Amino acid sequence: MAPKAAQRRAVLAGLLAATAVAAVPGQSAPFALVEIAPGLLVYPGVHEDFSPTNRGGIANLAIIIGDDAVAVVDAGGSPAQARELLAAIRARTDRPIRHLLLTHHHPDHVMGAVVFHKAGARIWGHLRLPSALADRFPSYRAAMDRLLGPASVGAEPVPVDEPVAVGQPRALDLGGRPLELRAWPTAHTDCDLTVFDHASRTLIAGDLLFLERLPVIDGSLVGWLAVMDELARVPAARVVPGHGPPAASWPEALAPQRHYLEALAAAVRRAIRSGRTLSALLADPPPPAGDWLLSTDNHPRNMTAAYKELEWE
Amino acid sequence: MGMSTLCFSRRHALVLAVAAPAVARAVPAFAQSQWDVLRELFFANRPVVDGAAVIALEAPARAHDAALVEVAVRALVPQTPERYIRAVHLLIDRNPAPRAAVFRFTPKTGSASIATRIRVNEYTPVRAVAEMNDGTLYMVERFVKASGGCSAPANKDKEAAYARIGAMKLIQPEQLRFGEPNELRLLISHPQYSGMQIDQLTRNWIPADHLDSIRILWNGEPLLEVEADISLSEDPMIAFHLAPEGPGELRVEASDIKERHFTRSWQLGAGS
Repeated sequence: MAPKAAQRRAVLAGLLAATAVAAVPGQSAPFALVEIAPGLLVYPGVHEDFSPTNRGGIANLAIIIGDDAVAVVDAGGSPAQARELLAAIRARTDRPIRHLLLTHHHPDHVMGAVVFHKAGARIWGHLRLPSALADRFPSYRAAMDRLLGPASVGAEPVPVDEPVAVGQPRALDLGGRPLELRAWPTAHTDCDLTVFDHASRTLIAGDLLFLERLPVIDGSLVGWLAVMDELARVPAARVVPGHGPPAASWPEALAPQRHYLEALAAAVRRAIRSGRTLSALLADPPPPAGDWLLSTDNHPRNMTAAYKELEWE
Repeated sequence: MGMSTLCFSRRHALVLAVAAPAVARAVPAFAQSQWDVLRELFFANRPVVDGAAVIALEAPARAHDAALVEVAVRALVPQTPERYIRAVHLLIDRNPAPRAAVFRFTPKTGSASIATRIRVNEYTPVRAVAEMNDGTLYMVERFVKASGGCSAPANKDKEAAYARIGAMKLIQPEQLRFGEPNELRLLISHPQYSGMQIDQLTRNWIPADHLDSIRILWNGEPLLEVEADISLSEDPMIAFHLAPEGPGELRVEASDIKERHFTRSWQLGAGS
């Protein structure tokens, strides 16, 4: 086993001592769901770029099983991955999949949505999600066709049946399993949504939280830091990050991401104040703060986003 | 995960599509490069010679964010009333709207060096063509590896982009030096929509919305005019030069294709 995979396994083992099975990163081998709490399962995404092998399965997806119904949080990066997820849920329970909760518009979270839509799930998302999907879906589809190949076939945009507005959380009950859905101001993206499972006191954070894999700024750096302050007050025992281990302890799990984003903001503000241009900064970029995977492209991209945002301060 | 952006201009994509067959009649199609098409389109086949002694183009060999690639054109000759760079054309061969911008200068700039931020749709040559006051054309080029810069809307936050539309910021040296070129950097907030996105719900085109003209005046007289297009990144940045004889007023007048007009003035050099 590669050292990185071994290390990741160790992290998983530490966090999930009770769980016997973990997914094998990068392999399209047996589809494994990790039960992080009773009736709460996670499909752990791999820390890779999109590839035909991973079929877009790079984000964590969650399944919450109530007495009457099942809710799925995020649909995966392709219809192929979503069909596998659907089959894995079916192997576990015959309760109807009534709800698909989308945490934001990025392709690794939404490209499989059509599978659950056709299976009869109502789709919940941020009030801004329809507009974000309308703007971006065609280009995501084109990119996924190129990066994933056949797995991407059949991906379609989906209607958002149940919009959630910022400041107006919505409740959803799966039968003895109440959930709270919250929409957030612009942070990781401009349509971030989180799900709180009261029964297990678990926050499903979507990409408002990255662990292990470098966070990607596609919304607002300043906004994200502010949202993290608010998010930290959610009374959860654990969190399912959008990328990272299937579960981590809360709110401690926020620390590495906060460290990275704060250091990035400080470095970029210093550069702007000293008159350094963006190209000069990118020619000799300060390294990312902390220990992150997949930072080679994403860190300079984040720096560009941060510069573009902070130069208006 | 983040994906990026789009730089089609329907108008210009159509121009290129229509113009190309005309050129194809003149030369065998297999021998025709993208540059031949661009030269025909934008310079009416006038001679364009190597410009290494006149300008230098600075661009990253590989861009991390294809929606925001900072490039600079450095003028290697001074702007004198006798001989000066009248315009710099910035071309991106393989973008749907290949002419990102034209910068038209007066000698008052002192230097025709400029910088801006562009969207890059796929691996492509990027070219800067300097047009001298006598009409001669000098070209330099760099190859830029980036892709996807034009395949989705750039805006990370659509509402915020429109809330700030037309806002400007001028980044200037702490002390303006008289009688020599000073670099100034202008930011104009604009979403720079391309016009090639389709609204999946209505099946209508999301209309293009981008800056098309930026005029910069010094004490009421033209200093620099920029013809802009959708290959300029969201919130366009223009770095340019000013060689003032004394304090004065810098005024920016910008307009977009929706005929919005944005103006702002700054008093410069008063404390110098």
